[in-house]
Amino acid sequence: MSLQLDFPAVLERWPSFLGGAALTLELAAFATVLGALFGTLAAVGRGSRSPLIAGACKVYVETIRNTPLLVQIFLVYFGLASLGLKFSAFTVAVAALTINVGAYTAEIMRAGFEAIPRGQIEAAEGLALSRLQIYWHIILLPAIEKVYPALTSQFVLLMLASSVCSQISAEELTAVANYIQSDTYRAFETYIIVAVLYVILSLVMRAGFWGLGLVLFPRRRRLGTPL
Amino acid sequence: MGGHLNINHLMFLGHGALWTIGLSMIALIGGGIVGFVIALARISPLKSVRIASAVYVQLIQGTPLLVILFLGYFGLAAIGLKVSPLAAAGASLTLYVAAYLGEIWRGCIQSVPKPQWEAAEGLALSRTQRMMKVILPQAIRIATPPTVGFMVQIIKNTSLASVVGFVELMRSGQIVNNSLFEPFAIYAIIAVVYFAMCYPLSLFSQKLERRMGRGRSNLAPA
Repeated sequence: MSLQLDFPAVLERWPSFLGGAALTLELAAFATVLGALFGTLAAVGRGSRSPLIAGACKVYVETIRNTPLLVQIFLVYFGLASLGLKFSAFTVAVAALTINVGAYTAEIMRAGFEAIPRGQIEAAEGLALSRLQIYWHIILLPAIEKVYPALTSQFVLLMLASSVCSQISAEELTAVANYIQSDTYRAFETYIIVAVLYVILSLVMRAGFWGLGLVLFPRRRRLGTPL
Repeated sequence: MGGHLNINHLMFLGHGALWTIGLSMIALIGGGIVGFVIALARISPLKSVRIASAVYVQLIQGTPLLVILFLGYFGLAAIGLKVSPLAAAGASLTLYVAAYLGEIWRGCIQSVPKPQWEAAEGLALSRTQRMMKVILPQAIRIATPPTVGFMVQIIKNTSLASVVGFVELMRSGQIVNNSLFEPFAIYAIIAVVYFAMCYPLSLFSQKLERRMGRGRSNLAPA
C-alpha cells in the first residue's frame, strides 16, 4: 500500500492542459450567453397569456430540470444524427448545454419577474410608457439585477457540468485529461491537476461575474448590496 | 441490428433503475452524515475547524463530479486498494453530496432566529443542549424543502457513475444500446424513467416550500 505520485511526468503536458481549460471556458461562454437568452425567452413565455405557449415553456423547464444532463447530451447527439444532421461534437455540446442551462435560467428569471412589485408596472403604465419600454426598463433589467447572484452561480455550475461533454468526445478539459491519462498511465496525478484547474476556472468565473456586476449595476454598488 | 427491444431489455433497464435508487440512497445517507458534520464544523467556535471545512466545501464545489468520480476510482486504486465501481461511486458521491448538503444545512441552522440562540444561552443550556434541543429541531423544519429538492440533484448525478463502469440506469441503457443500436429510442426511455423518479420529488419539494412560506407569512406582523 504505497502511494507513488509522479507529477513531473504529467505536468510536462501543460500546454494540453491549458488548451483544454481554454476550450472548457469557450464552451461555457457560448452556452452561458445562448442559454441566458434562451432561458429568458422561456421565462417570458411562461408568463404568456396563451396557455399553449405557457404550457410548452413549463413542459420544457420541468423536463430538463428532472433528467440528467448526460442523458440530454446523448439525446441531442443521437437525435441530430438520426435526423441526418452532421455537426461537430463541440457544436452538439454547446447546443445541449444551452438547452440545459436555459431551463435553469428560465426558473431563476421567473422568480425575478415575480419579485417585481405590481405597483411599479402600473406606475409605468400611468406614465404612458410603451409595452416594450415597460418590459425592458421596469421588468427585465430590475429582474436581472435581483437574481444576478443566483444566475451567476448557475453559470459556474454549468462550466463544471460541461465536463460531461467529454462523453461525446467534445474537446474540453476532461476529454484532454482522459487522453493524457490513457497516454501516461498516471490517472490519479492527471485528475488531481485537472481538479485544481477546474477550481481555478470557477474562481476566475466568479471573480469575473463579480466585476461584471459592479459595472452593470452601479445602483447596487451605491447601495452596498453584496453581489 | 440486433433485433428489437424486448421484455428482457426492459427487465435489464429496470434492474439498472433499482441500482440508481440504491446508489442515490447510499449517497444521501453517506453524504447526509458527512454533510451534517460539515455543517456543524462550518459554524464551529474554533477558527481552524471553520476554515478547514470552508476549504473542503470550496474545493468540492469547484470541481466537477465527473472529475471527483475519476479521482475516487483511480485514487483508491493508486493507494493499492482494489475497489469495485460501487465503492468508488459511493465514496465519491458521498464526498460530493456532503459538501452541498453541509452548505445547505449550515444556512438552515444559521437562519434560526437569533433570539432563539440567545434565549437558550440565557437558560444556561450547554452548547450541545442548545444545538440538540433548541436550534436543530427548528433548523430541520427549514431544511426539509431544500433537502428534498437536492435529492433530485443526487438522483440525476448518479448517472455519472456510469463512466466508472457502475451499472445503474444510464449504464444499463448504454449496454442495451450496444446490442440494439437504437440510441435515440433507448435514451428517450431512460430520460422518461429518470423523469418519473425526479418529478414527484420536485413537486413534493415545491409543496413543502409553499407550506413553509404560508406558515411564515402567518407569523409575520400584519
